[in-house]
Amino acid sequence: MHPAASVIFFTTASGAGYGMLVLLGALAPSGLLPTDRWFGGVALALALGLVTAGLLSSTFHLHHPERAWRAFSQWRSAWLSREGVLACLTYAPAVLFAASWLYFEALSGVWGPITAGMAILTIYSTSMIYASLKTIPRWHHGLVPPVYLIIGLASGAVWLVAVAAGVGEIPGLLLYVALAGIASAAALKLLYWRSVDAAAPSSSPGTATALGHIGTVRQLEAPHTVDNWVMREMGFSIARKHIRKLRRITVVLGFAVPFVVLGGLAAGSLPELPAALLAVVSVSVGVVAERWLFFAEARHVVALYYGRVSV
Amino acid sequence: MTSLPKGTARKLGLVIDLDICVGCHACVVSCKEWNTSGYGAALSDQEPYGDEPTGSWLNRVHTYEVTPSDAPAQIVHFPRSCLHCENAPCVTVCPTGASYKRVEDGIVLVNEDWCIGCGLCAWSCPYGAREMDQRAGVMKKCTLCIDRIYNENLPEIDREPACVRACPTRARHFGDLNDPESSVSRLVQTRGGMDLMPEQGTKPVNKYLPPRAKREPLESFASQRGDSDRNAGSRSAGLLDWLDKALERLG
Repeated sequence: MHPAASVIFFTTASGAGYGMLVLLGALAPSGLLPTDRWFGGVALALALGLVTAGLLSSTFHLHHPERAWRAFSQWRSAWLSREGVLACLTYAPAVLFAASWLYFEALSGVWGPITAGMAILTIYSTSMIYASLKTIPRWHHGLVPPVYLIIGLASGAVWLVAVAAGVGEIPGLLLYVALAGIASAAALKLLYWRSVDAAAPSSSPGTATALGHIGTVRQLEAPHTVDNWVMREMGFSIARKHIRKLRRITVVLGFAVPFVVLGGLAAGSLPELPAALLAVVSVSVGVVAERWLFFAEARHVVALYYGRVSV
Repeated sequence: MTSLPKGTARKLGLVIDLDICVGCHACVVSCKEWNTSGYGAALSDQEPYGDEPTGSWLNRVHTYEVTPSDAPAQIVHFPRSCLHCENAPCVTVCPTGASYKRVEDGIVLVNEDWCIGCGLCAWSCPYGAREMDQRAGVMKKCTLCIDRIYNENLPEIDREPACVRACPTRARHFGDLNDPESSVSRLVQTRGGMDLMPEQGTKPVNKYLPPRAKREPLESFASQRGDSDRNAGSRSAGLLDWLDKALERLG
């Protein structure tokens, strides 16, 4: 699948933003995070900024963004619509949560947990836009939603560590949450790669043309001489050796470097702010590589009509 | 509403005979010609006279080589367009309600005034039947020539999809696949109509008729390949059979 920059930025940035909202909403009301206004203000502004930038970016790949409001209507059937509705609804408890924290200084209300719950549902529906597509076997996989959720949480946690380092001290619990998030993200992603690499193809040129019962089907002549939109959008593929390299970049920058840096912070052996910022940069680049690969590795069954033997 | 209807009164669709399609692309051209000036936005082309001409088409014809394990390869020309699936995934993924399936005849259509051009319906289609028009920025697909089949301004003979009307070998048939007595249903019944990628669960309405079984390759060709030590035509009695036996006797 063609990796569109706007969609990659949207899923990674809003994933981290919602991840921050989940952790803030779930942990701050019980006093497990710093409760001062500086931390709350910067963290909430950053989280909502990432979410908003991501959502705006997602409209850039629309040919008619002026009609985007129509996308809120089909939540009964369409995950893209559910995602849009939930993303917008989440602003309400998030703003009330921010107001109760920053203005009323009363953190213990219901708005934190409600924000956290809504943010989880939003990440889940983003992932289901992809996981619900049967035509793309590497997306139609049970591990896709958990990977989206855990990567959102892990990258959000790393951002929160940086905010905490910027405005005061990093609470130990937050470091351990981030470390656990990164470790589980790495484990789930490696499990996912292992599973999709071993998966048996469900469709073939034989089933695509319904001619498989006669013999081996091979495309002799394509319908057109130049790639059409379908091929440009869905026929994208990268070389296997590049996949291996990008997977290594994902593992090193997305998981290993931030894990080691945050581990160093937990051991108290690193300067807090520079190390936390390094972790943010590293995890961001790593997650973008992960998401780019998520698209670039995914193959659409329509390629079977155009000469691909398996997807 | 992009939920699918529980059922449709009729299931209008195409039956495509892979046995007699000659791959002439007349259906492709007539489809483009009718639909670029019919329902919705025109089917635009980009660089039509340039180095890399490309554009929106609702029907494409592939050519495949099918090789059985025990017989020579055969060529199959393969037209590919929207199958107007009963379980159309392109309808349920649409976030705006632009993509819908009609209750009265099962035709899957796009309301181009509501389409935001997100492309998700094309991602959900296993058959590559939807193409994003690069000029209008909306999704284009086969309408089953909805502006022909009900058009009383046209002579009755023309009230069928342009691709069907244009086919010089009558490889394409149009009708109600919900009616067991319709000519298309009978064709599907007698010729063993097939679904494309049934494992995708889309329940296509359009059916494809398989190429008829080829005759055994002539014995003469078998002997020329060197895998027979009998003469051509030696299966039958007669002059050649006598000659065969006579030559055998000579040693």
